[in-house]
Amino acid sequence: MLSCSPTSTHHPHSTSSQHSHPQTQTDRHPSNAPTMASEKSSSDLTLLDFWVSPFGQRVRIALAEKSLPYEYVEEDLLAGKSERLLQSNPVHKKIPVLLHGGKPVNESLIIVQYLDEAFPDTPSLLPSDPYARAQARFWADYVDKKVYDCGSRLWKLKGEPQAQARAEMLEILKTLETELGDKEFFGGEHGFGFVDAAFAPFTPWFMSYEKYGEFKVAEVAPKIAAWAERVGKRESVAKSLYSPDKVYDFIGVLKKMYGIE
Amino acid sequence: MAGGDDLKLLGAWPSPFVVRVKLALSFKGLSFENVEEDLGNKSELLVSSNPVQKKVPVLLHNGKPICESMVIVQYIDEAFAGTGPSLLSSDPHERAVARFWAAYVDDKLVTSWVQSFRGKTEEDKSEGTKQMFAALQTLEGALRECSKGEGYFGGESVGLVDVSLGGLLSWLNATEEMSGTKIFDPVKTPLLAAWAERLRELDGAKLAFPDKDRMVEFIQKRQAQAAAAAAAAASEK
Repeated sequence: MLSCSPTSTHHPHSTSSQHSHPQTQTDRHPSNAPTMASEKSSSDLTLLDFWVSPFGQRVRIALAEKSLPYEYVEEDLLAGKSERLLQSNPVHKKIPVLLHGGKPVNESLIIVQYLDEAFPDTPSLLPSDPYARAQARFWADYVDKKVYDCGSRLWKLKGEPQAQARAEMLEILKTLETELGDKEFFGGEHGFGFVDAAFAPFTPWFMSYEKYGEFKVAEVAPKIAAWAERVGKRESVAKSLYSPDKVYDFIGVLKKMYGIE
Repeated sequence: MAGGDDLKLLGAWPSPFVVRVKLALSFKGLSFENVEEDLGNKSELLVSSNPVQKKVPVLLHNGKPICESMVIVQYIDEAFAGTGPSLLSSDPHERAVARFWAAYVDDKLVTSWVQSFRGKTEEDKSEGTKQMFAALQTLEGALRECSKGEGYFGGESVGLVDVSLGGLLSWLNATEEMSGTKIFDPVKTPLLAAWAERLRELDGAKLAFPDKDRMVEFIQKRQAQAAAAAAAAASEK
């Protein structure tokens, strides 16, 4: 996802890819830091990821929902891409990558579906009814295509293009608001599901979108704001996401890297 | 077709995304009512069935709408699991790989080919063409891996990726005809070139694919319209 070009000359190239991210653990729930990082798990799962990536977080949420142990491997994307990442995802060279028994699965939503299918005895994120599954895929795809891209334009651009991005973001939030309606989760009867897992990682980004776009999610899409709060309290989500402040700071780092004011 | 299953496809004959759905329905042996939409004057049914995108294809199954071509294709495979061949393997890893390549077709091939057509500058367009051929090289490798020596991305029989890429064939063939450059080049991408021939011969493909000459005429008309619009805009400056 974050195919940042490595510009920093201060970080050593990441050959050993297994290290936790020191300065970012402080606001995570202590018992849920990636302590699994050091155990080789019995489910033989390894996740190549980047701490703040919403796409990686979808997979972390799914793994947590399913109580699947796994080895978490931080790819220091700002320093460069490891050999293992490049070999596991030669086509896109992006995280997240799930390795199961050494075999790679790429693309966050594809990984989540894979986990449903490879571990059928765990709680599933997609419902079982084909029509409900189609609706879930449609909306997860909508989130996938729209949110990150539009959000990026909000903080990257100025003037008219930024205003356009802002208008689009409001449209996206309102559309999702209509879809959510009065449901507790996007998954409806199924409960917390595929679309919830797809969209939840963007909730810490709301604060940044609000700052750059000068709007309030609670005003534009109050049901989405309420859902964000609800979903943020869910254990699998809480332990996978970082605070809005951390995300905001990270955007600042990206802007510096891209030479954007 | 199972009793009481009413299938209606809202589509437009030139759309590669609509062709994908037709391919899937035909491969599964499912009959459906084809509704041709005038995209310049969208029907109430289309707009109410797909309020978010207002695009074709939309499949209505007993009146309930499903949107987005690859979502529809997977729906057809799952809702009619007992009918005709499966478009996906039962193995979770193979399914993940198929979904990956089906998505790749959209992310890389469609995007670059659209750029080669609609790029704002000649430079843009040729960059699109370059990326399109790079994507085809990658898909050649994917076909080698996925087919395991058989004829399709799905192995012995057609699967999700065959449908995803197959939908584009008529456009790509028409483009070949118009530009005089082979897109499925038997020298550069021999497996893909053979695959394209093989797919075209299938009954399901013959039902789904628009006529090549009609396709060429359509694209030429579109290009003329785009050129006229560009000229008009330039003369207004």
